[in-house]
Amino acid sequence: MQHNWNFSSVFAYWDVLLIGLSGTVKLFAITCIAGLIGGLVIGILRYSKNRWMSYPARLYVEVFRNTPVLVQIIWFFFAMPVVIGVEISAFMAAFLGITLNTAAFSAEVFRGGIQSIEREQWEAGKAIGMNYGTTMRRIILPQALKRMLPPLTSRGIEVFKMSTLASVVAYPETLQQAKLIASYEYNPIEAYTIVALMFFLVLLPMVQLTYLLERRFGKAD
Amino acid sequence: MQPAVKIHNLHKSFKELHVLRGIDLDVQQGEAVVLLGSSGSGKSTLLRCINFMEEPNEGQVRINGDLIGTERSGRMVYRESELCKLRTRVGMVFQHFNLFPHKTVLENVMEGQLVVLGRSKAEASEKAMLQLARVGLAEKAPEYPARLSGGQKQRVAIARALAMDPEVMLFDEVTSALDPELVGEVLKTMRQLAEEGMTMVCVTHEIGFAYHVANKVCFLNEGKILEQGPPQQVLKNPKTDRVREFLEGHSLFKLP
Repeated sequence: MQHNWNFSSVFAYWDVLLIGLSGTVKLFAITCIAGLIGGLVIGILRYSKNRWMSYPARLYVEVFRNTPVLVQIIWFFFAMPVVIGVEISAFMAAFLGITLNTAAFSAEVFRGGIQSIEREQWEAGKAIGMNYGTTMRRIILPQALKRMLPPLTSRGIEVFKMSTLASVVAYPETLQQAKLIASYEYNPIEAYTIVALMFFLVLLPMVQLTYLLERRFGKAD
Repeated sequence: MQPAVKIHNLHKSFKELHVLRGIDLDVQQGEAVVLLGSSGSGKSTLLRCINFMEEPNEGQVRINGDLIGTERSGRMVYRESELCKLRTRVGMVFQHFNLFPHKTVLENVMEGQLVVLGRSKAEASEKAMLQLARVGLAEKAPEYPARLSGGQKQRVAIARALAMDPEVMLFDEVTSALDPELVGEVLKTMRQLAEEGMTMVCVTHEIGFAYHVANKVCFLNEGKILEQGPPQQVLKNPKTDRVREFLEGHSLFKLP
């Protein structure tokens, strides 16, 4: 099959793509931070010995980890107005879907990380007069974080790419903008190739940064 | 002067297992007490009840006259805040050191002072260096624990407990996880502490240490104190066959 590669028809819309990229970065930054904080809270609840805390946390994790984010975003966008009578924006729908899913995923990472720290470290904190919260914050979490860093950073990369799912509700992120260009110019192959290239160029240095971070965290060994 | 530790009728069970069956023990100020006994006799559990790492089911513990816990309808109840405060007054050193691997030696010794006692960084660091010098490890202050030998780790753990200015120190088999050639440096540090008048309760299998350093030796058997007294008496002229048997087991392969 013959195809006339025409990338200039994509580059002509560089400003449209730039708006998309900034939308992607914004969605990524907010969902990533909110998801991690939510995950930390749910992870700690999930670790709790109190059933009234750990069971609801577990239910939350199972619901959001075992349903597709794409479906969640669509559901929030179209069902929320019906269920609670409030219209939500495309950004809000994407934010909820990705954040709640990331929180569920990272909750499991946090719980596993906390659980992997030896019981003796709790004892050592306790023996110098620390309470549960202080021991968690000063002794357990810093050590657990080091072990959690690889799964959390790889999740971060996933979240960055997951932001493209927001195009399903027409939130103006990179893929959505490329779709627009493709529908005007009939150049989907070129437009989507550029999208892939843009993601690669942003993510590659980010990944290098995470390696650096992991090495810095490992300095005590 | 009231005893530094006064234990009355202490009982502790883990589920159906009745480990401590009514312990009475006084530790005078400045005294070094060694708890002996075979494994399962309850000596570690007794030690861990003194700083409430384990909560006793029955009985009373007084530290320098202060009763720990409040009695409510015939049972003692303990608040976490009260126990945290108590643990700053009663230091503990563990068999496996339990240093914080993500902190330097200096930070390990400063941590409790900063976070629990609320001391300033300058004061905490000064006190930490003082205690590290006391255990002979001032030059290791900037190292991470992973770079230390077992004996050095244990001495840092001792400094970490001492930095809280405790009224009593508890030692839970602190040489059991060490290579034989490293045992000496830790015992020497403990002996030095005892000579400086630190009130100490030690669970150990080092009979020689008990003989030379302790003011009092208690032999535990099946959750009770079977014999107690000065080491010369308990270790040289035990009253019961059980203690004699225990000591013979320990001297089976002594050099001629």
